[in-house]
Amino acid sequence: MSVDLEHYLIVSALLFSIGMYVTLAKQSFIGVLIGIEMMFNAVNLTFISFARFVESGDPLAGHVFVIFTITVSAAGAATALALAVLLYRVKGTIEMERMDLLKW
Amino acid sequence: MDDTGVVIAFWALSLMTIGSALGVVAARNIIHAVVFLVASFLGLAGLYVTLSADFIAVAQMLIYVGAISILLLFAIVLTPRGSRDNAEGFLRLPALALGILVAAALIFAALDTEWAIADREGFDETASLIGDALLDKYALPFEIASVLLLVAVVGSIVLVRPEPIEEDE
Amino acid sequence: MNPVEILSVLLEGEWYDFRDLGNPIGELADQIKDWGAPEWVAYLVSTLLGSVGILLWAILSVLAFIWIERRVVALMQNRKGPNRVGPAGLLQPVADALKLLMKEAITTTGSDRILFWAAPIIIFVPTLAIFAIFPWGENMILADLNVGVLFLLAIAGINTPAVFLAGWSSNNKYALLGAMRTIGMLISYEIIQVLALLAPVLFVGSMRMADIVSWQHDNVWIILIQPLGLLAYIIAGAVEMNRSPADNAEAESEIVAGYHTEYGGIKFGFFYQGEYLAGFAIAAVIVTLYMGGWRLFGLEEWIPGWIIFLGKMYAVFFIYIWSRGTLPRLRIDQLMGFAWKFLLPLTIVNVLIVGMEVLIWRENELSAGEALPAIAVINLLLGLVLFAGWARFLGHGRGTQAASGAVLTQEIGAVFFKPATGTEMTN
Repeated sequence: MSVDLEHYLIVSALLFSIGMYVTLAKQSFIGVLIGIEMMFNAVNLTFISFARFVESGDPLAGHVFVIFTITVSAAGAATALALAVLLYRVKGTIEMERMDLLKW
Repeated sequence: MDDTGVVIAFWALSLMTIGSALGVVAARNIIHAVVFLVASFLGLAGLYVTLSADFIAVAQMLIYVGAISILLLFAIVLTPRGSRDNAEGFLRLPALALGILVAAALIFAALDTEWAIADREGFDETASLIGDALLDKYALPFEIASVLLLVAVVGSIVLVRPEPIEEDE
Repeated sequence: MNPVEILSVLLEGEWYDFRDLGNPIGELADQIKDWGAPEWVAYLVSTLLGSVGILLWAILSVLAFIWIERRVVALMQNRKGPNRVGPAGLLQPVADALKLLMKEAITTTGSDRILFWAAPIIIFVPTLAIFAIFPWGENMILADLNVGVLFLLAIAGINTPAVFLAGWSSNNKYALLGAMRTIGMLISYEIIQVLALLAPVLFVGSMRMADIVSWQHDNVWIILIQPLGLLAYIIAGAVEMNRSPADNAEAESEIVAGYHTEYGGIKFGFFYQGEYLAGFAIAAVIVTLYMGGWRLFGLEEWIPGWIIFLGKMYAVFFIYIWSRGTLPRLRIDQLMGFAWKFLLPLTIVNVLIVGMEVLIWRENELSAGEALPAIAVINLLLGLVLFAGWARFLGHGRGTQAASGAVLTQEIGAVFFKPATGTEMTN
């Protein structure tokens, strides 16, 4: 028995779809943020497994790209935290369904 | 990769990753969800090790486990009267359908494509190579990423800064 | 023949070498492979042996140091310390451990049961894992990672959420306060640690612990060329291991006991052990990165490397015992301000200087004998100038040191001594 590229891609696909479900379905702002981070991680896993297995002139490009993804997701998480705190100050809650100012 | 150790490690770690991800879905308490998320991150770090991406694995532990989970926990603690519930909203069924569809499409694509598999061993060590690449070929994206981090930090501070108290005349 | 030669003859020809415990384990692994077992079985056996060895060392060492620390601090504070259980109180740690083991394992009401039980383990295990990457001898490295230094920092990062879980799951406001404090401190000082550890890595050009040790053997101990970085790391280490003068996480006079207020019995024992092990780990990092690791100017030919390593490590750990016995606790805002306003700029400038030095050294192809003495002198002088200059810039110059009366004392009519002229009253 061996482990190939497909195995890693399936793990990544499952993680991505679970993250997508969490992002869309969860009520809490933090839950949505958790889902987004899970999707970022699934994408990172794909990059790393391609860098390991697939023919390429510059195999480390995947690793470098993952570093940028991590940077962007860290920046995103910090900003989202600030947004959560701000929304909590304005609305007193962090539930997504209560954020309906545009419905008027 | 048909080394027995790697195969065992792969199955154990992917079980840990996916199982913890399902735990995030199932957990009723948001802090439990964050704990499951951390376990999932750790499993992914292990998967990176099996892919001979040592630097990324450690960076994953350092940034996702050590920093981003802390950010999430801070966000929870800083919203004290907010709901601690991790329940699904009205989008539950559409999200479930979409998730299953996306998973099916991605898995089909992964299995159906003829990947150009390279016949090479894993990297011996990646840290110095990544360092070279970041300061040479990818120098401009690297600089932009640091500017992005700076902007994010400044922006977050500006967002949550309390209104300056007006001085009485 | 003199005894030294006899000893060397005895050791050279034998089937394994007593001086490095990695050799017999390696022989055992080879033997297992000879018997036809697959490679991962040999790997598993050798790793398990190494891990059990580290675990045994950790428990014995912590037990010993509970007694040593209490006696030493007692000596410093003119007390007697534990002296009733056994000769000179030697059995006191055993009695303590038995007491912790036999105590009822209480779970407080309203606590999150699973996380409450998991938190001590989550804190203890990563701390133990740090010891896998240190070279205890030439072949005594359990996991010779090529990202060793980064791994250290990552492990410290895993501890941070665990501390939060401990504080949050206790359902106690003091525990939560202590946890938030600890997280704030750990995150602030993690940056200092990263920047301080970057300098040795820049000099060596590798993050592998074994490479760092052998570079120091070939050239010079990094303590001589990095005094400022070492100082910053020692201070950050005191915060990391939660020791006075930075034990704000469990400031008894303010927040009971911090994040482990509600813990008792063996769960508290795990926290206690974890804290000690973190201390040993910080000492081991200092020894490996700054003080030559298991090597000691050729003496490692005669004394086992791991004994040298342990000796150095305990000597460094003594600094922390000393500071605990003598220094008062800082206020939390002082501690955080010290990290962000004082240490962070200094360590950033330090990394800049080191980078320039290494660049000049490599570009001009100087030999180590030419470059390193100059670097040592420059770094020492610059370190002193930066330290004193930045302190003066922040207003910690000599002038404000004079005694000043407390306002409240003055108001209730106490005798008040005017501060020396030319100085301002703080407060």
